Amino acid sequence: MIRSIRILRQHGVQYVPNLRTAELNPLFRGRPVIKGEVPAELATHLAKMCPSEAIEIAPFSIDLGKCVFCRECEFAAPENIRFTNDWHMATNNRENLIVKADHDNPVIPDPDLVRKEIRNLFRRSLKLRQVSAGGDASNEMELNAAGNVNFDMGRYGIEFVASPRHADGVVITGPITENMAEALQICFDATPKPSLVILCGTDAISGGLFQESNAVKRSFLIRHPIDLYVPGNPVHPLTFINGVLDLIGRK
Amino acid sequence: MPMQVYSYIEILPAGAPVNLTAIPVLNYHDFSNQMAGLMHNETVHCVLYYAFPFNNGLKFIAVLADDASGKFLVFSHEPENSTDTLTSLTPQMPALHLFEREIHENFGIGFEHHPWLKPVRFPADRFRKDQGMNDYPFYRIDSEELHEVGVGPIHAGVIEPGHFRFICNGEKVLHLEIQLGYQHRGIEKLFVEAGSTLRRSVLAENIAGDTAVGHAVTHAQLTESLAGITISETLQLERAIALELERIAVHIGDTAALCTDVAYQFGQVVNESLRTTIINTTQLWCGNRFGKGLIRPGGTNYPLSAPVIESMLKTLENTGMRYRDITDNIFTAPSILIRFDGIGSVTRSQALSIGAVGMAARMTGVPRDIRATHPSGHYAEFKYEPVVENSGDVLARAMIRNLEARRSIEMVAEWASLQSSVGSQQSSVGSRQSSVFSRQEAVGSRQNSFVLAVNEGWRGEIAHAAVTGPEGEIIHYKIKDPSFHNWMALALAVRNQEISDFPVCNKSFNLSYCGHDL
Repeated sequence: MIRSIRILRQHGVQYVPNLRTAELNPLFRGRPVIKGEVPAELATHLAKMCPSEAIEIAPFSIDLGKCVFCRECEFAAPENIRFTNDWHMATNNRENLIVKADHDNPVIPDPDLVRKEIRNLFRRSLKLRQVSAGGDASNEMELNAAGNVNFDMGRYGIEFVASPRHADGVVITGPITENMAEALQICFDATPKPSLVILCGTDAISGGLFQESNAVKRSFLIRHPIDLYVPGNPVHPLTFINGVLDLIGRK
Repeated sequence: MPMQVYSYIEILPAGAPVNLTAIPVLNYHDFSNQMAGLMHNETVHCVLYYAFPFNNGLKFIAVLADDASGKFLVFSHEPENSTDTLTSLTPQMPALHLFEREIHENFGIGFEHHPWLKPVRFPADRFRKDQGMNDYPFYRIDSEELHEVGVGPIHAGVIEPGHFRFICNGEKVLHLEIQLGYQHRGIEKLFVEAGSTLRRSVLAENIAGDTAVGHAVTHAQLTESLAGITISETLQLERAIALELERIAVHIGDTAALCTDVAYQFGQVVNESLRTTIINTTQLWCGNRFGKGLIRPGGTNYPLSAPVIESMLKTLENTGMRYRDITDNIFTAPSILIRFDGIGSVTRSQALSIGAVGMAARMTGVPRDIRATHPSGHYAEFKYEPVVENSGDVLARAMIRNLEARRSIEMVAEWASLQSSVGSQQSSVGSRQSSVFSRQEAVGSRQNSFVLAVNEGWRGEIAHAAVTGPEGEIIHYKIKDPSFHNWMALALAVRNQEISDFPVCNKSFNLSYCGHDL
């Protein structure tokens, strides 16, 4: 009994009071910024070096939908590239994930592109079904963490549920393996419509490291519009929660 | 019995590559006899047994770990033609069942007398493309009294996919069949096609996200061995710290999950928040909560700096104290113990027979721990004594987590203070070590060689093996996550259990789907 009280006291208050303004430590690898013109030779080198083909040469850009946040390009070109600790990276516009030179603004959802019914229906309560389709478990653990005592997204009425029948949308992790493609489709079809599709993590957004694997089958994404892209390897809970809050129009 | 003369090559932990030609090629008869003769000894188990295309045919490679000598024993076989049907070794050595199934699935090699050549993971490049994931015929028993329960591939929680098919008599599980493969991403092939060490390093971190450090360290060791590079003691120590932090974080997280499954919410939330403190320490160190980006062959981008050490020591002290308190609560509460004690038992002989590794072996009194038997890097500097339990049940698995987490907290605290005294004398603390060669496109690499690296991740032994070609290029890369051996232990654990105990049994193993499916 005394021990339990001691544990409670030590446990204290664990939740992050304001998820909207929380800051991560300086080393956290979040949204990168590109400074000035990257010399052509260096750009070619960086593009070739990038493990997930996230870098385009002309004009020089980093695609957050492909980036695995290894930060190696910054180490190779510290004058031109810097990964900030800004976790604002989720958006509903695929184009906005492409970071160009001298753009230093948070990446956030574009309210004009949000389907009207989403904000009408899900603003106060959003239940999601997570489907891992080749995810390496780190994204899945971060999504679990989004609901834990620290991040507690349940405070906004956002929760993961077991049955797709109870879900307002699916959150996909992993590059979508051929062996999971059918199960994913069945799961999505089982959600009542309208239903959201959220791609969580670099693998899900572009295939990431697995873009060229013949074990991946991404045709699901051609058939269904994507409501939110959440970059990361894995996605940080703050990126996910705030991205979803912005999507459904919560303050 | 006549004295056997065996023919194999010995490899030391983190040993140098060996010429492919130095690995004895045995005919299948001798290969089989040698496998059986060596594995007859309880202290020898199979780490890897696989085939790959070689010289217009196939080459089989077997890697056994000899815990008594601390060496790995490697030998091979080259079937004369790939339509051969070989005599299965599984009836004699059940631990080989999965390895033979994998060879059969990949290349169509038949194994006569194998009890069940069930597909392993339906890989993209499987031999029989006409057989698909979704029309797999599950094992059935036709009976009026029995019913089936199918779970997955998508599970109730936010976890990876896999299918569990239970055959039950009332509430009791008679049989559990586990079918995996949903997570198959073709990662071994990508290692071969990668073209750069950096790409392979990043791939290694994504084999299994909960073991990012374990697989990354193993890949780094393999790469360094191929390139003939020796890393500094400081870097070895840092890698050991990273490996143990990963172990601590997962063990604490699993303690939380075990509490969840027996409805002890207090234990769940406290342990969840404790796990957060550890993964945030890893993030403070390298910018990623799972340690992705921290491990690179030949160097590091994130040397352990004095401020990080200071914060790490503080966290370990506080978290260690709080973890001791909450686990003392857990392991003295009758309402919890009754859900752990005697539930999901696996016997010692079962564990040995299926070739269980890591925690799944140690829970039944089998002291398999690479840190003790085949130590490399910093682990070779001291004698690690494995944490062993004997009851083989959920309680044993929970207790191993508890004791190992406590032990690792102490070890890391000791090492970090050591590092801090070294670090303060170096002016370079906080700056990158310049020897990271991962950004170079090609790394010097031994030609026509076989190289092996094995480490004890938090689940058990992780093994990577590569074969290089005439230019030193990697022509084959094999990855083994400990889950590969241990899924069978879960299937055995739930036999004759209430089906309602499946979640806590499953969580007590916490095996990797993607690590298995590759």
